Amino acid sequence: MASYWIAVLVGSIAVYSWKILGYSLPKRVASNQEIVIFAGKLTVALLAALTAVQTFVTGQTLVIDSRLAAVAVAAILYWRKAPFIVAVAVAAALAALLRHFLGWP
Amino acid sequence: MPSKPVKSSVVSMSIGVGLATGLYGISFGALATAAGLTVWQAQVLSLFMFSGGSQFAIVGVIGASGPAGIVPAIVSAWLLGIRNGFYALRLSSVLSVTGLIKVLASQLTIDESNAVSASQDNPKESRLGFWLTGSAVFVFWNLFTLVGALLGTVAGDPSIWGLDAAAAAAFLGLVWPRLKNLQSNLIAILAIVFTLALVPILPNGIPVIFGAPVAVAVIYILKRTKLGKHLQVKHDG
Repeated sequence: MASYWIAVLVGSIAVYSWKILGYSLPKRVASNQEIVIFAGKLTVALLAALTAVQTFVTGQTLVIDSRLAAVAVAAILYWRKAPFIVAVAVAAALAALLRHFLGWP
Repeated sequence: MPSKPVKSSVVSMSIGVGLATGLYGISFGALATAAGLTVWQAQVLSLFMFSGGSQFAIVGVIGASGPAGIVPAIVSAWLLGIRNGFYALRLSSVLSVTGLIKVLASQLTIDESNAVSASQDNPKESRLGFWLTGSAVFVFWNLFTLVGALLGTVAGDPSIWGLDAAAAAAFLGLVWPRLKNLQSNLIAILAIVFTLALVPILPNGIPVIFGAPVAVAVIYILKRTKLGKHLQVKHDG
């Protein structure tokens, strides 16, 4: 869709702005541990929130469906130190199979 | 100086990381076109945004909300990109780059290039690790994005192939290595609870950009209380 170019281009500039900013700030900012720790915390919070939304949300409602089973299996795989691509592929396959053969939502 | 064997290990590490990371460009590309982006839009994201977490955020939010998700998609990607700024701060003293090289170094500043660079013992290999890993991830990530995007266009309804579940598993994989202590786990749980609680009341995509920062704020407030100090001491000890 054409309007998605706005997200693609503005988003790219927005993400790049942090990178170039980091190379342009004075060195003393780099040694401020508090700021570094804050960025780490925000990253964990955002990724966890996005995981939850992708697992439980359809439209504007909370639902439990095949995605939860798939994510649970992915969690076990990550815990067993499986590579990212393997866990993602297994999650997709499991959700697809549950829907096709068991008729799960 | 026994620099030769060390150097070859930087090279193999960089290429290994580049290939492994690049491979999951397939899942990004497939999710992007399944979410309604064109192959070109997916490719431009990998070329210019070039930051996995932010790219998955754009695609995840747009996939769930359509055109109404454009603004929250941009904000989510932007907030996730903040950590690259801190890698850049660290790397600026390692690389000491200016002008066009600085523009290029900025583009290659991501989780992996920073991590490989940080794991080297001397400045020369630290710089080599950054440039090699950044370039290797860039090449493979873009190559596999194209493969995935083309696969995504022929896949049809994403939920038949479980691509919605793949998106959830991808975010889990990005957060997993960061859940390494009590505090990170607590932040993650709070962010999930706040975000899901906001889902029924706020438009699509918005709950994440409120829920996550509020979770971080609560952690900072908790740390000032007696209980927080107790937990901190217990954890550090």
